[in-house]
Amino acid sequence: MTVPLIQMENVSRRFQVKRDQYITAVNDVSLTVDEGEILCLVGESGCGKTTAGKMIAGLLATSEGRVFYKGQDIAQLKGQAFKDYRLAVQMVHQDPYASLNPSHTIYETISFPLKRHNLAQGDEAIQQRARKLLTMVDITPPDDFLNKFPHQLSGGQRQRVSVARMLTVNPSFIVADEAVSMVDVSIRISLLNTLLELKQKMGLAVVFITHDLALAKYFAWDGAIAVMYLGKIVEMGPARRVVDDPQHPYTQVLLSAVPDADLDATLQREPIQLRSMDVPSLLRLPTGCSFHPRCPYFEGEQCEKVIPQLTRLKSGVSVACHLVLREHEADLA
Amino acid sequence: MSKSTNQQTSKSSPPTLSVRNLVIEYQAKRGAVRAGRDISFNLQRGEAVALIGESGSGKTTAGLGIVRLLPENAQIKQGQIIYRRLENGRVTETDVRALNDRQLRQFRWKECAMVFQAALNAFNPVLRISAQFGDTARAHNYLRGRKLKERALHLFDLVRLDPERVWRSYPHELSGGMRQRVLIALGLLLEPQLLILDEPTTALDILTQRNIIDMLKDLRKTLDFSLIFISHDLSLAVELADRVATMYAGRIVELCDVYTTFKNPAHPYTIGLINAVPTLTAHKDRVTSIPGSPPDLIDLPPGCKFHPRCPLADERCRTEEPGMENPTPNHQAACWKWQSARESLAGGWEL
Repeated sequence: MTVPLIQMENVSRRFQVKRDQYITAVNDVSLTVDEGEILCLVGESGCGKTTAGKMIAGLLATSEGRVFYKGQDIAQLKGQAFKDYRLAVQMVHQDPYASLNPSHTIYETISFPLKRHNLAQGDEAIQQRARKLLTMVDITPPDDFLNKFPHQLSGGQRQRVSVARMLTVNPSFIVADEAVSMVDVSIRISLLNTLLELKQKMGLAVVFITHDLALAKYFAWDGAIAVMYLGKIVEMGPARRVVDDPQHPYTQVLLSAVPDADLDATLQREPIQLRSMDVPSLLRLPTGCSFHPRCPYFEGEQCEKVIPQLTRLKSGVSVACHLVLREHEADLA
Repeated sequence: MSKSTNQQTSKSSPPTLSVRNLVIEYQAKRGAVRAGRDISFNLQRGEAVALIGESGSGKTTAGLGIVRLLPENAQIKQGQIIYRRLENGRVTETDVRALNDRQLRQFRWKECAMVFQAALNAFNPVLRISAQFGDTARAHNYLRGRKLKERALHLFDLVRLDPERVWRSYPHELSGGMRQRVLIALGLLLEPQLLILDEPTTALDILTQRNIIDMLKDLRKTLDFSLIFISHDLSLAVELADRVATMYAGRIVELCDVYTTFKNPAHPYTIGLINAVPTLTAHKDRVTSIPGSPPDLIDLPPGCKFHPRCPLADERCRTEEPGMENPTPNHQAACWKWQSARESLAGGWEL
């Protein structure tokens, strides 16, 4: 059996809000990402998708559970091994207006990690590498851009530069947190396509965090989607299967509510009514299934008292819902 | 007013708002930013028009221009904004550009209310919602005391809020979606006949977005107002708009009913925009990006402003800016190639 590139094992993360008050932003999440794979984390704000992404990238420690990189617990990594992991896992941030240093030229931005990590020697080699990286992210011709400052670039170009900067250290795994949400609609897809191409060429694995289900389906076409709700994964499986045939009531509600730019589909669709509009506070999570106060298919005691476990069905989709699991009892994998 | 009378009046009465050849410029160090170029449209009574475009296409500038709330470095260079109030079957015309400061303050909110994007920052954080409604009412010599409260609670009910609770709340006690709804209620307080919403659902959660959309749909059925909403999100136009105005480089490049916009668009930019947005049902291969990026509003290209990104562009497009063409009487598109654009681009963006 091959070792997954990244594995989260029963990971939780708590944040202290007052002296003796904690919120659990991520609650008992397990997932794996193999080399060259795409996983989209989808959910509404506050569901814990960014916190999960940060723990994968090693930017946040876990409260419970462990994160493995190539089979090694990242909390135990030291010295060179830790440095290797840190270089291999890179993050693309949401806001390209904030993530580039405004007083550095594009050349400085890209050459700095090359020098710092000794990845290219001599000005000539560094310049050449910088040009090559900019060409890879479709900033062409690169010579026109090397001496520009971020403010002279459009939002889309800036985000491409931040992708190029991340590529300087030859990562094998990237975490993209809402990486295109600040970019104009007409160029979003071309940026995603650049990421997909890079993934193809360099065998990158990608965790893509987004609130946009249509975008998730597009990006993770052959990959996986994990839907999160209040810190837990409620449904996870092959992207198209999750979007086209959602199993968990929350996924169904979400898909029936998403404003979609498809005229026919919008005219035809019947929204599913929630029992309550209010999102429960993370301070007082509901008992049992955390979706039960809002769930349109709420059934009573079991939903209220027993926490449903994420269970894999034969179709390849994992679901955490008592009802679905009962219906599919014969199909448990 | 019920919906049927709404439709009757919309046939017989002149449009609520007529914007003609509006030109708006910002003064910047590098030169004039031409954010509004020759914007013209009519808004019929009870109608909802969506201004759709990317950031920097001039859609918010157009909205701010209509209520004359532009920042100091901006100026309306040209054009006409005519607002028509309908009361007891009589129409009163207002030339918005001719209003003085005092008249403007009465016009805003009472005739035309604008709800801004950042609902979080629109309230005074140290005042209860009730006080903020009171301020607005007092400034416009509207209802007071119990009458005002009754009116506000009625509006909260319409926007699906718990009236008593919200009335006593401070802004921080309300969620983003609730604040957005309070803001819409506040906008409607003085019974304006025109409501402008700037990005009403951006930065809200999916389920909250859905709730706001459904609420706005209901509001339009129960109350009598015309609606302009500004959004970069095509899906919002699908949900809410009667007509869609697509903006590019400060100008409306296509204007028609929502069905035609999506089924039979004539402008290459509209076609490209629709193809650039992935939907839940679409196949991956259908989605294509528009190459290039939006133009610099200070240094606009000659001819059609979209030509550097348009695969159909020829010599004429590069030198001469197209005027509004009419594919059908109710469909306008500013493109030399409107007759063949959809067919030419049917096979994809690459020619």
